[in-house]
Amino acid sequence: MAQIHLEVVTPSGPVISDDVDIVTAPGVGGEFGVLANHAPFLSTIKTGTLNFKKDNQTKYLMVSGGFSEVSNNKITFLVESAEYGHAIDVDRAMRARERAEKRLAQAESQTEKINRIRAEAALQRSIARIRTAELAKQ
Amino acid sequence: MPGLKDVKDKIDGVAKTSQITKAMNMVASAKLRGAQEKMESFRPYSEKFSETMGDLSGGMDGGNLPLMEVREVKAVEIVVVTSDRGLCGSFNAHILSKARNLMQQYESEGKKVSFVTVGNKAHQGLKRTGKIRASFKDIMGTFQMFNAREISMGISEGFINGDSDQVDLIYGKFHSVAVQKPEVEELLPIKPVEGEEDAAEKKNEVSGAYIYEPDPEEIMEVLLPLYLNVQVYHAMIEVGASEHAARMTAMDNATNACKDIIAELTQLYNKARQAAITGELMDIVGGAEALKG
Repeated sequence: MAQIHLEVVTPSGPVISDDVDIVTAPGVGGEFGVLANHAPFLSTIKTGTLNFKKDNQTKYLMVSGGFSEVSNNKITFLVESAEYGHAIDVDRAMRARERAEKRLAQAESQTEKINRIRAEAALQRSIARIRTAELAKQ
Repeated sequence: MPGLKDVKDKIDGVAKTSQITKAMNMVASAKLRGAQEKMESFRPYSEKFSETMGDLSGGMDGGNLPLMEVREVKAVEIVVVTSDRGLCGSFNAHILSKARNLMQQYESEGKKVSFVTVGNKAHQGLKRTGKIRASFKDIMGTFQMFNAREISMGISEGFINGDSDQVDLIYGKFHSVAVQKPEVEELLPIKPVEGEEDAAEKKNEVSGAYIYEPDPEEIMEVLLPLYLNVQVYHAMIEVGASEHAARMTAMDNATNACKDIIAELTQLYNKARQAAITGELMDIVGGAEALKG
C-alpha cells in the first residue's frame, strides 16, 4: 500500500516522523482522513485525538491546537503539544479535568474572560487526553 | 600597613567568593546547554510556521483580521522580556535602557506608552515609570508554551480593545555565547509577510492548488494568535539562553578578578610578613647591641 509521510512537530521538538498508511485528524470542520497522494490541503486542528495506521497497527496521539498541511505526499502537523496515548497519565488527566471544571464554574460567576478561556482549554485538553488514552488501550 | 591577620582574612574571603563564582559559571554553562537544546528543538516548529504564514498572508489584506489592523498609532505597548535573576553582567541593564529609550522616543512623538514585563528584572527596572500594565514574574526558569499563551492573550486583547495601537517586543537575542544584544521587534499589528515580486503570482498558484478548511481567512484567524504565541515564546527562549550565556561570561570575569585580587593581596601579605620579620630582627639585633654595651 502506498504510504504518506507523517510529521508531528511541537514547540519542544518533533514527536514523530514516519511513513504511514492513513492519518485521521481532528480538524476544526470535523474529523478528516488523509491517504497517500492526497491533494494539497491546509486545515486548522482542534484539541483532540489524532490516529495513524501503520503495519495494521493503529496508534493514537493527543494533539492540541494548531494546523496541518498536506503537500507532496507529506502531512505535517504543527501543534502546541502532542502525546502518545499509551504515555498519558490517566489519573493525572482525570484530576486535571476536575480542576478545570471547578475553575470553569468559578470563572463563569466572575465572568473573567481570560480565566474562562484558559479553563475551557484545559478542560478540552484533559478530556482529549482521557479519550486518547482509552483509545490507545483498546 | 594593614595587619597580617586582616590581609589573611581578606584572602580567604576572596578565595571563597571565587569558589562561588566558579560554581555559578559551571551551573550557568550546564543550563545554557539545556536552553540551547530548547532553542534547537523549537526551530523546526517556528520555521515551518513562518513558512505557512508567509504562504497564506502573502496576498491577503489584513483588513478583516483584528490582529492585522493598521491604525493611527496613539498608544504603544512595549513587551519587555528579561531574566528573573541578576548576576549576569549588563545583560538586563541593556534591555532595560533600550526599553526606556524607546519609551522616551514614543512619548516625544506624543504617543502613550505602557509596559508588559516578563521576568523579575523587567518589573524591578520599570516599576518606577508607573506604566506597567501587566507583569509576569518567576516564569523564565520553567516556562512552557502556555506561559507564552497567557502573555500573548493579554497583549492581543489590549490591541483588539483599542488600548494599544502598536505592540513592540524587546528581548535579549542570543547571537553567540559571547554576544547577546537587545532586539526590538514589532509584534502587532502583524504584517503580511512580504516576498519577492513573483510572490503574489506564486501565491495564486499555491492557493489555487490548495484545499483550505475552513477558508483561508478563518484559518488566519486561528493562526494569528498562535503566531503571536510563537513570537513571544521565541523571545522567552532567546532570553533564557542569553541569560545563562551572559552569566557565564560575568562569572568567568568575576573568577578572574578574584584571582587578580588574591595575587595582589598575597603580595601585600608577604610584604607585611617580611616587614614584621625585619622589624623583629631589628629588635633582636638592637637588643643584642644594647646588651654588648
